[in-house]
Amino acid sequence: MSKTTPDLFAQPADFKKTKHIYTISEITQDIKIILENTFGEVWVEGEVSGINKISTGTVFFSLKDNQSLLKCVMFYSYASEVKFEIKDGMQIICFGKISVYEKDGKYQLYAQKIEPKGIGSLQLALEQLKQKLETEGLFRPEHKKPIPYLPSRIGAVTSLSGAAIKDVLKVLDRRFSDIHIIIHPVRVQGEGAKEEIAQAIKDFNRLNEQLAKDEQIEVMIVGRGGGSIEDLWAFNEEIVARAIYNSKIPIISAVGHERDWTIADLVADLRAPTPSVAAELVTPKKEDLREKLDDLTRGLKRLFLDITTGFQETIDDLAHRLALNIGHSLELNISRYNAAANKLALLNPCILIQQYKIRALDLARQIYVRMVHLIKLRQSEFTRATEKLSSLSPLNILSRGYSIAFKIPESAILKDAKSIKVGDMVKTKLHKGEILSQVTEVF
Amino acid sequence: MAEIKFEEALKKLEKIVEDLEKGDLSLDEALKKYQEGLELSRQCSQRLENAKKKIDVLVKNKKGEFELRPVDETKIEE
Repeated sequence: MSKTTPDLFAQPADFKKTKHIYTISEITQDIKIILENTFGEVWVEGEVSGINKISTGTVFFSLKDNQSLLKCVMFYSYASEVKFEIKDGMQIICFGKISVYEKDGKYQLYAQKIEPKGIGSLQLALEQLKQKLETEGLFRPEHKKPIPYLPSRIGAVTSLSGAAIKDVLKVLDRRFSDIHIIIHPVRVQGEGAKEEIAQAIKDFNRLNEQLAKDEQIEVMIVGRGGGSIEDLWAFNEEIVARAIYNSKIPIISAVGHERDWTIADLVADLRAPTPSVAAELVTPKKEDLREKLDDLTRGLKRLFLDITTGFQETIDDLAHRLALNIGHSLELNISRYNAAANKLALLNPCILIQQYKIRALDLARQIYVRMVHLIKLRQSEFTRATEKLSSLSPLNILSRGYSIAFKIPESAILKDAKSIKVGDMVKTKLHKGEILSQVTEVF
Repeated sequence: MAEIKFEEALKKLEKIVEDLEKGDLSLDEALKKYQEGLELSRQCSQRLENAKKKIDVLVKNKKGEFELRPVDETKIEE
């Protein structure tokens, strides 16, 4: 710093001796020292504008308010620590040193830390990445792969020394663990964690391409135990999110505790609130499996019994029907036979003959009876006629005193006295005996 | 025992029970399936009792090839 104030208008003779003339470098250097000493490290608040990130990773931008503007630069080493993306128009609070860029004679803020105003930096970073990946469709449900039931091979991407793997193994011990677990040890926080996690996910996918189908990793658990948001940060990184998204093997994320949600959780095919739960999701309880197995076995036996019973019933039914049919037709035939036999019996000529015989006898009897009757009738008629005849016989009249006179020798019955003459011989027939007389007179 | 995966056996068993449920099998088929089912059930049961987990660590050797190395569980538990 100069000890005198230069008077630019004075032209003293010893001008060159008394007046200090700065070189540009000198004065710039002095200004720089003054600025740095005066301000040192400062916090500055303003709106970002003119952001420009160059290939080396250094970020140039300005901070402004209504009236003024402050040039800022953030070198890569610091910029890489900023989790969120700095954008124009963003209100930020910036920490750094005010200094001079000698080459351009320009003062500026050499930023070391940047915080978004009103929201945590990590929070903002998370929101930004979430939005970006969401727009790209990394969280879409249709992209999520189903988690296999009862996988035999599980890949674990986590730290060998962390709580996560211990929890997972504990669960496997407790439950049905017919499982081959392959651990890909990675750092889960700090430097290099995100790259290692992403690489491990890729490695498992590559390994699967080399394995036979039945030896492949069926599901991966990617995660770690609980910690601060910074500890879990690797699981909020884009590189990890993309590795999860691109994995052909289904991934269960298991980061921290129930309350911790990371980008990895959003991309993963399934989010487990903790590593223990992740393990439980792929290893069912022994009792559940036992129960299921018993159910199936019981079902199997019952169904088989049903089927055989069904067949048995069918057979019984058929047999029954067969017996029934045979019996029925037998009965039918028997009755038909009986009917025919009866009919035949009815048609038996012996019977007919017998009948005719009976009838003949009957008729004979009738004839006999009638004949007898007739004979009796005729006899009585005859008797009556005889009686009548005898009653009419002249002899009968004789018995009542009458007599018959015959002329002899003619033996003609004398009915008229004129037929006779005296001297004729007359025979008179009496009831009993005859008299021979001679006519002595005729009248 | 033929190494059949538990879940495969279980799935097969489920399928058999389904087939039997449909009830359109001949007696011979049903009997065959029933016997197969019983065998699967027995295998599952056995595996359920004897299941043991296996732990390996995936490492890449110098050539960049993958190797599976068994890991002592007690070391992890420490």
